[in-house]
Amino acid sequence: MTQLDFLVILPVTFLALWASLLLLADVLFLKGQKAILALLAAVGLAVTLGLTLTQSGAHSASAFGGMVVLDGFSNFLAALFSLIGLLGVAVAYGYNRRMGIERGEYYALILFSVSGMMLMAQATDLLMVFLALELLSIPLYVLAAFAYPRASSEEAGLKYFLLGAFATGFVVYGIALTFGATGVTSIPAIAAAVQAGTADTFLLLAGAALILAGFGFKVATVPFHMWTPDVYQGAPTSVTAFMAAGAKAAGFAALLRVFAVAFPSLAADVAPVLWALSALSMLAGNVAAIAQTDVKRMLAYSSIAQAGYILMAFVPFANEAIRPSSVAAALFYLVAYTFTSFGAWGVIMSLEKDSGESAAIADFAGLGKHNPALAVAMTVFMLSLTGLPPTLGLVGKMYLFRVVVEGGFYWLAVIGVVTSLISAFYYLRVVQTMWMKDGKPQVAKEDWLNFAIAFSALATVVLSFVPASLFDWASQAVFFTAR
Amino acid sequence: MIPTHFYLALSAILFSIGALGVLVRRNALVVFMSIELMLNAANLTMVAFARQYGLQSGQIFVFFVMAVAAAEVAVGLALIVTIYRSRQTIDIDDMNRLKG
Repeated sequence: MTQLDFLVILPVTFLALWASLLLLADVLFLKGQKAILALLAAVGLAVTLGLTLTQSGAHSASAFGGMVVLDGFSNFLAALFSLIGLLGVAVAYGYNRRMGIERGEYYALILFSVSGMMLMAQATDLLMVFLALELLSIPLYVLAAFAYPRASSEEAGLKYFLLGAFATGFVVYGIALTFGATGVTSIPAIAAAVQAGTADTFLLLAGAALILAGFGFKVATVPFHMWTPDVYQGAPTSVTAFMAAGAKAAGFAALLRVFAVAFPSLAADVAPVLWALSALSMLAGNVAAIAQTDVKRMLAYSSIAQAGYILMAFVPFANEAIRPSSVAAALFYLVAYTFTSFGAWGVIMSLEKDSGESAAIADFAGLGKHNPALAVAMTVFMLSLTGLPPTLGLVGKMYLFRVVVEGGFYWLAVIGVVTSLISAFYYLRVVQTMWMKDGKPQVAKEDWLNFAIAFSALATVVLSFVPASLFDWASQAVFFTAR
Repeated sequence: MIPTHFYLALSAILFSIGALGVLVRRNALVVFMSIELMLNAANLTMVAFARQYGLQSGQIFVFFVMAVAAAEVAVGLALIVTIYRSRQTIDIDDMNRLKG
């Protein structure tokens, strides 16, 4: 253990320590002064983002006996996770006060969860993957139930907890079987054992399948998606926004790391399964979303469909030549999804009534007339989720479809395009309700929330005109050169 | 010495009982216990393999799983107690306010 080892995990360490200090600081500030904690949390996240950016570069360093690694991939995602944390604090600040759930531990929990996500991107040992998964999930279970004693929030917390722990059981058993097949838990060592042919194929396949099922729960793909609508609807919307972007991105980070590095030789066996998961998620998510009248539920089903789109990038893994660009496409789409979904959830938060009852699509009526700026932002997010210009969602989908077609999976691309058309129906219904129907929407005036929405909307539009720079960064983040 | 595959069979059975328990039992506490059973089945697998290969890393992994499971218990029981306070029941069939 050297100094260098600690430098590798410097941003995560800083964030976890800062979160612990934040828990102590919570005692010092009385009920009306919790704003200071939000500010402190934002400062901590900003410093973490800064530390992460100073670490960026084309080098890669492994530390703690190969437990964690610092490479372009982890660096890219760590920057994304700090940004998600910052947005999460920004949208929560006013909203939690309005909903009467302004408690100091909220920010510490967000910080712990973000540090788990960052560790997940750095983990190169299945043990670390498991620890990071729990570090990011356990705070989220608490956050989902944060609006107690509101019944829907408690219920969301319990459902998320029980199904999340169930999924953890699958992951742990999958890791145990993988250990049995290879005798190691380090991801590169698993890859080496598979390459050398010393691994037991049956145990390895069973382990990979269980790990895939466990992470399928985390990223909410069909058929492991049942919890998603209930949890997204019941949890406080500030939590939902954070969880929809963060937990999904972290789950995909682990899947990319585990499946692309440890199980590439299984890719031919796993690809049909991933194909089916991806296609089912796109179909089921988009079709179920049409029937929803509650906006939070609609976006929950939409997030299932979006998980299906991201999963498309995993399908061509068997093809060595395409692997780097498919990882880059997945990372790019994660960024696009982060901005878009955060913005959309933000708009829902500003329309939410003080009672905590979530908004129906009908509540958006008249928004175009009464608050054009917010309506324009929501229009941008809906267009981006559909995959229409001029938004990041379109560019992201282009990259995804391109890798799938290059990999020769034409039918998956066709399903992707057709389901995007289906999704236009319910996304554009929101746009139509905002601009063409009359009504008196109640809009909350919260500076930080509006700032987060404006930032997300601008990023969604502006980055779509210069996607190459972001895609290049994502391409540099590809970690296969590291080994 | 008991052969390793006996342990593996036992842990596979325990894991299945646990998974089945999660799916069919209606009391949140029992569901939670079933999840713990799944984790412990995985632990048993890990220890059995660690013994077979003569490796300590598998046993160390089990310590981490147990520690994390304890943290999960703390959060899970807190959630269940909170719900019991407001509803006087922890039957998960009554958790039906959210649907659509």
